[in-house]
Order: sequence, then C-alpha cells, then structure tokens
Amino acid sequence: MERLIVKAFVKLGLGSPPEWAILLIIGLIAGIVLLVFILLYEGLATYIERKVAGDIQLRYGPNRVGPYGILQFVADGLKLFFKEDIIHSQADRLLFRVAPYIVFTGSFVGLAVIPFSAEWCAGRLNVGVLFILATTSLVVAGLAMAGWAQANKWGLLGGMRAVAQIVSYEVAVGIALLVPIIHIGSLDLQQAVLYQKKGWGILGWTIFHDPFTFIAFFIYFIAAIAECNRTPFDLPEGESELVAGYFTEYTGFRFAFFFMAEYGDMFVVSALASCLFLGGWHIPFIEDLIKLPILHNILGSIVLIAKVMVLILIMMWVRWTFPRLRIDQLMALTWKRLIPLGLLMLLLTSLWDLVFDRKGFFELIGIIK
Amino acid sequence: MIRSQEMLINMGPQHPSTHGVLRLILRTDGEFVYDVDPCVGYLHRSLEKIAENLTYPQFIPITDRLDYLAAINCNFVYCHTVERLMGIEVPLRAQYIRVIACELNRIASHLIMFGTMGMDMGAFTPFLYAIRERERINDLLEELTGARLTYNYIRIGGVAHDIPEGWKEKCLEFINYFRPRIKEYNDLLSYNAIFMKRLGGVGVLTTEDAINYGVTGPNLRATGFKWDLRKNMPYSSYDKFEFEVPVGTGEGGKLGDAFDRYMIRIKEMMESSKIIEQALLSLPEGEIMAKVPRVLKVKEGEIYFAAENPRGETGFYIKSNGGTKPERVKIRGASFSNIHALKKVLQGVLIQDLVAIVGSFDIILPESDR
Amino acid sequence: MSGGEIYKILKERFGEKIGEFKDGHQPSIEIDKGIIKELAKFLKEDNRFLFDHLVYVTALDEKTKIKVIWCLFSYTYKHYLMLKADLDRENPEVETVSDIWATAEWHERETYDFFGINFKGHPDLRRILLPDDWEGYPLRKDYVPPEFYHGIDNRYKR
Repeated sequence: MERLIVKAFVKLGLGSPPEWAILLIIGLIAGIVLLVFILLYEGLATYIERKVAGDIQLRYGPNRVGPYGILQFVADGLKLFFKEDIIHSQADRLLFRVAPYIVFTGSFVGLAVIPFSAEWCAGRLNVGVLFILATTSLVVAGLAMAGWAQANKWGLLGGMRAVAQIVSYEVAVGIALLVPIIHIGSLDLQQAVLYQKKGWGILGWTIFHDPFTFIAFFIYFIAAIAECNRTPFDLPEGESELVAGYFTEYTGFRFAFFFMAEYGDMFVVSALASCLFLGGWHIPFIEDLIKLPILHNILGSIVLIAKVMVLILIMMWVRWTFPRLRIDQLMALTWKRLIPLGLLMLLLTSLWDLVFDRKGFFELIGIIK
Repeated sequence: MIRSQEMLINMGPQHPSTHGVLRLILRTDGEFVYDVDPCVGYLHRSLEKIAENLTYPQFIPITDRLDYLAAINCNFVYCHTVERLMGIEVPLRAQYIRVIACELNRIASHLIMFGTMGMDMGAFTPFLYAIRERERINDLLEELTGARLTYNYIRIGGVAHDIPEGWKEKCLEFINYFRPRIKEYNDLLSYNAIFMKRLGGVGVLTTEDAINYGVTGPNLRATGFKWDLRKNMPYSSYDKFEFEVPVGTGEGGKLGDAFDRYMIRIKEMMESSKIIEQALLSLPEGEIMAKVPRVLKVKEGEIYFAAENPRGETGFYIKSNGGTKPERVKIRGASFSNIHALKKVLQGVLIQDLVAIVGSFDIILPESDR
Repeated sequence: MSGGEIYKILKERFGEKIGEFKDGHQPSIEIDKGIIKELAKFLKEDNRFLFDHLVYVTALDEKTKIKVIWCLFSYTYKHYLMLKADLDRENPEVETVSDIWATAEWHERETYDFFGINFKGHPDLRRILLPDDWEGYPLRKDYVPPEFYHGIDNRYKR
C-alpha cells in the first residue's frame, strides 16, 4: 500500500513523500472505504429490520420499491435528504447542529480498529478495546447536547434518560469485556482473533473456553443492546411515551444521522463481540487449506460480517418481541444484577486460569491440542 | 445557589399514548409526577342538545358515535331505555341476536385494549395480532349489519335485519378459532416478565375509592368488588346464559393494580366467547321486531337505565313529555368518571407508569365528551 | 327497599322539606334545595339505605324554573333514588355534594357548564366540556348560539 503511494508521488513529480503524507493518504482512503461500507450496511440494515418486523407481525415488509422492496432505503434516504431543515427559534443553535455529528462520530470511529481479516485492519492499535470503549462514550456527550439543545421538555427528558442509561451500561460492558481479555492477554483485537485459532476455527472460540466466559458473553450482549438504545432498553427514544425522545425536534438529515448512529453502533458492538468471543474472521474447518492471501482476506471478511449479521438479527428479533423496561428497573438491572454478576465472572475466570494453567475446556478434555 | 423547580409538562391532546384527545397537565419533578389535571372536552359534539331536536329513532345512529369501539352496546342501551319507558316487550329471538352482537363487540373492544396496552409498553407485535382477530369480527359484523365500525343495527323494539344464511356457522367457527388465541396472548405478552414488572403494583385503586369516584365496569371489578350489571341486574335475557364474572386477584403484585385491570379484560374475552356460543346454539325462532307504531310517540315519564358496556356502566336518562321528540336525554358515559378517577390514582408515579395506568383504564374520549 | 318506604322514612325525619313522591321506573322525590347536604350524608351513611354510588348530577330546564336531579344507587340493596330540587331561574344556586361523593365534582362542573347552576363550596367550578371562554349555557331552552366565536362564523346557513 505504502509503496503504491510512494510510486504515485514520484510519478507526479513531487519527489519522495514525507511520512505524514503517506499516513494521511492511507488514513483518508481507509476512512472513505469504511464510510461507504457502513453507509451501505446501514441502508441494508434498515431494510432487513423492516422485513424482519413484518415477518414477526404477520405482514409483508416493504415490497414496492425495487424487486422485493430492496431499494426502500434509497427512497428513504432521498426523502430525508430533501426535507426542510427546521431549527426553532428557542433552540441552542450551535449545540443543535453539532450534536448529530458527535453521536455519529462516536459510533463510526470504533470501526477503525476492527480486524476484517488477517491483513485488513484500518488501524491496528495495541489498545483496540480501550479505544472502542472510549469512543462510544462520545455518544453520551452528543445525546446530552441533543436533549438540551431542543428546548423541548420531552426532548430533555429523553436526553437525561439516555445519559443515565448509557453511562451505567458502559460499566457493565467494560467488565464483561475484561473476562475474555484475561485469557487473551492483550487489548489488541487482532491478537484476540489470532488467540482463537486452535480447534478448527470453532472450538477455540473464547466463548467455549470456560462457563464463565459463556455467561460473560450474555452479560455483554444485554449491555450492548442497552448501549445501542434498542428495545427493551429504548427509553430515550420511547416512541409511545415521549413522542420521539431526544430527537423530537430534529428533521430531515439530522434525524437520519441519529438513526445511522444507532445502526452503526449495533455493527460495532456486534463486531466487538464476534472478535472477542466468537472467533472473529477465522473460517471454520477450511482455513488452512486456503493459500491465496486475497481469497483468505475476502473469505475472512465475509465470515466476520456473517457473524455480525447473526448477532444483529438476534437484536432485531428481541426488539420486536419484548416490551420496554421502566427507567428505575433498568438502572436496577445494571447496578444490582449485571455488574455484580460480571465481577463474579471476572473473579471465577481468573481462578480458572490459575487452576487449569490457561487451558480452555476443550483443551482439557483433549479434543484440541 | 442551586434551586430545583417543578416542571409543568403538557401531555397534550395529541400524544401517541393518551388514547384519544385527552390533555393531561402534569406537575412533575423530572420523571416523578406529583399531580395530574385531566382536561376533557376536545371531542364535545353536544349530543344531548341534538337529541332534543331529533325523534327517538333518528337518534340511534348518533349513539354509535358515542363509543365507536363498542358501538352496538351503545345502540342497545339507548333502544332498551326507550323500550322500558314505553313498555315494549322485545321478542326472544331479537334479544338473543342482540346479546350475540353485543358480546362480539365486547371482544373487539377488549382486543383493542390488549393491543394498545402492548404498544404503549413498547411491544409492537401484539397489536397486530389483535387487529388480525378484530378483522375477522369486523367481517362477521359487516355481514350481519352492513357496516364495520358504526353499526346502527339495533332498533327500538328489536333488531334491523335477521341473521343471514350461514352466519351462524361462521360465527361458531370464529369462536373455535379464537379460544386458543387467548392462550397465545397470555404466553406472548401477559406473563412476560418485563410486562408484569411494568404493570404489577402500579396504579392501585381501592374499592372504596373506586365507588367514591364513580368508577364502574372492569376497573371496579379489578379492585376485588364483584359487580356486573349483566348478572346483578339482568336485562335482555342475560340470565339465561351461564358465564362467570372475573374479579381482580392481585396476581401482578397488589390487588387493584394495572395488571389486574389488564388481566380482567383478557378473562372477559373468554367469558364473552362462552356467551356467544351458548346463544348461537340455543337461538330460538321467531320475530325480530316487536309491533311498534311507525311514528313513535312515547308517553310521559322519565327513566334511567344502564347496561354493562365494555368500559363500564353507560346509562341513558330520558325524560319525555308525550311527544315524538324527547325533552331531555342525559348520557352517563362510563369514561367520564373513569377519567376523573385518574386524578386520584396518578399521584406520585413515574411518567412511564402514567402511560401504563392510563392505558389500563381503557378510556375512550367520545364517551366522556359526548 | 321500595320507593314508598324510603319516602316514609325521609318524611318522618325531615318533615316539611320533603315534597312530592312519584313512583315510576325509579322513585323520585322532590326536596327543598337547602337540605341536600344533610340529606346526602344521611342517605349515604344510614344502614337502611347505603346509597354509595352517585350515578349522575344533571338538570332539567322547565319554563319557569331549573330543576336539579341527583340519581343515587346502592350496591348493597340495589335500589335507585332520584332527588329533585327546584331552583330559581335567574340565579340558580345549590350546595355541592362533592365532599360526600367525590364523583360529584366533575358531574357538577358539567351541570354548571350546561345550565349555569352555581354549586356553592365546589373546589374548582369551571367549565369542563366547552371551551373556557364560551358565553352562555347551551342546554337551557332559551339558549341562542353566538354568531361569531373567535372569528369563526357560527350562523346557521340554509
């Protein structure tokens, strides 16, 4: 990659490019690729959500625009793009404008450290997990701004609830993520995926390592659904109570930003779960047979995206089935149940490591070496 | 210096979960509601004044619009009040058909309560299941009466048309299809842990308060007080059918909470299906309309009669002075007093509980505003 | 209990203030408007009556006077009773019963809204179904609707 850039510079007659120029260009290209990918994914995710909802509710989803309604997201995007942008007179103009961008950035930047395959990783950091946790906290600031800037009491209520909810569930997410990291030994996501190589790409998954990581996965998944503001935790945007919660007064494309942020967040947390618990981009059974690097990369990305899609489908399924929790029940759930359980899992998994000398369950019973 | 202030939030006439044009002015402290002032009157159409200018049969279509989710029940109350005032004896077949239509409409009304309760809580799917059932009832009633929502079917002295051919079999088939659905609803929504936690122990109404505030119907039965006008003061041959009257049991946490009010309606749907089956199987032959003069002149007098509507006790007070038009018609809507009781129940709850409680009371605004 | 028995007991106790008794579909007793509060308390608490349910409060407009009607019901004995009191047409006033039956609060607001009867001692007497700035009392027989309301044309067009 770098060589291509150096050659391009020389050809254009600009001489040898400095370090920072190369980094900048690589960063831009990676960013644009990821942005295009996430936008396409979001469009498809809205379509899939509506089809899944229709299925559960015994009706067709969208099926008019394009074959099987697949172009529905294009129509929706265009509609939102052309809508009138209203900022009412009592709103705080600067915060109103900035809030959607912060929320979107918070959820999009996490994509940079996710390894899509052995060689395709936009930014390889040795503190990848910490980076994701930190950037998803940006969302809190954005939501608080959005709730306040609207000068609407319902919006303010939604914003306050969102802040309380996300801050509390981040603690649960962090603790649940520590459990596999104890076995992996590093915060780097690529390292995490490589650790799960043994066992033909399935049995080596951290989720099968010991019963405590198994439980930690579910703690993580529940807390992740809360992070994304999905039902049963969608109080901040509780449709039937607060009209539309923290984005009541947003119209047009700014409204679309919040939606995109939600789906992007779903992708990031599911990808994090796949990399840390479910084996990442390892192709089950046939991985060692694929010698061609480009094929390996492509298949690896497809495997990772498939795992992410399964988790997202489960999130959608849960959304259309369960009612919503009340705000104090939600807080009680995290502070009284998820976090103590997570700490207990952390303790027990460390004990397992000590007793069984860092061997997983399937290693102990002799199936994998 | 930090000072906190109470917020006056307006849960305005247009809101996704106030079930109609009800305005609630909340005095809150963030999420905690101190006090509620319900404002009604957004749907006032001066029906009582209109009644003074129309003849008795001309007023029947207007009673449809009184509670559009249970329109046949409202038709029935008005017609029966006039029949009692005039002393008309309705033939037995007409009475049975009236009972069947009223109970079908009761099931349809409770289905909407079940669906919107789920939707208010955030579970969007049960609403569509309820609508699926309700479509079948609407089809049945369309065959019988000709309309899907405002039926205008009951006449003073009987019913308008007789049962068409094949309707009896279709109705029985529907009842057989519907009974297992109630079990499906209980599995999907009623006994869901999150749902029970949201509704259990919330919005408790004691029997004493309920009677003091004039609450009637399923809301009164949920407090543990067994009172159903169909059993305690039977009318229109309800005493010939065997059915039970479900009473609140405190399953969700406390007796008289929102879960009781919700569960009673699910059980009532089951009882209504029993009544319909018994009525269909023992439907007598005969006339469907009594001998009533063309131009109805009601003799002088006054009467109050109330029937058990899906929402409570809806009654008509009619004063006649011997002519073809009534002198005064007073409609006692069940939802009027139910909304008044909200003032007592909604003190010291969270905003999300408020939505649950207002949904569990199952109010409808046209009945309250007339 | 039948209407006749109720009337006898009330006549014994209150004497002059109880007027005519008509036995129709529901027994109705004419009373003097001054005793309504005492009578209401008596009817609610006495063990022979136990009228705990106030069904409605409404009024009738007869040409020379306005008649207020209270309809009572007892869940224990299953009997109805209608109390009627005549009020002066120019300045109709009567005491409220909303401290005895809480539901009377809204029913009396509605009667004030439609007939203009002033219920003395009512905690919050204002219009309930009509807009707050409406003029006139619609259910009176001599009511003429206003021609314009906030600029909306309200005249009857043929």
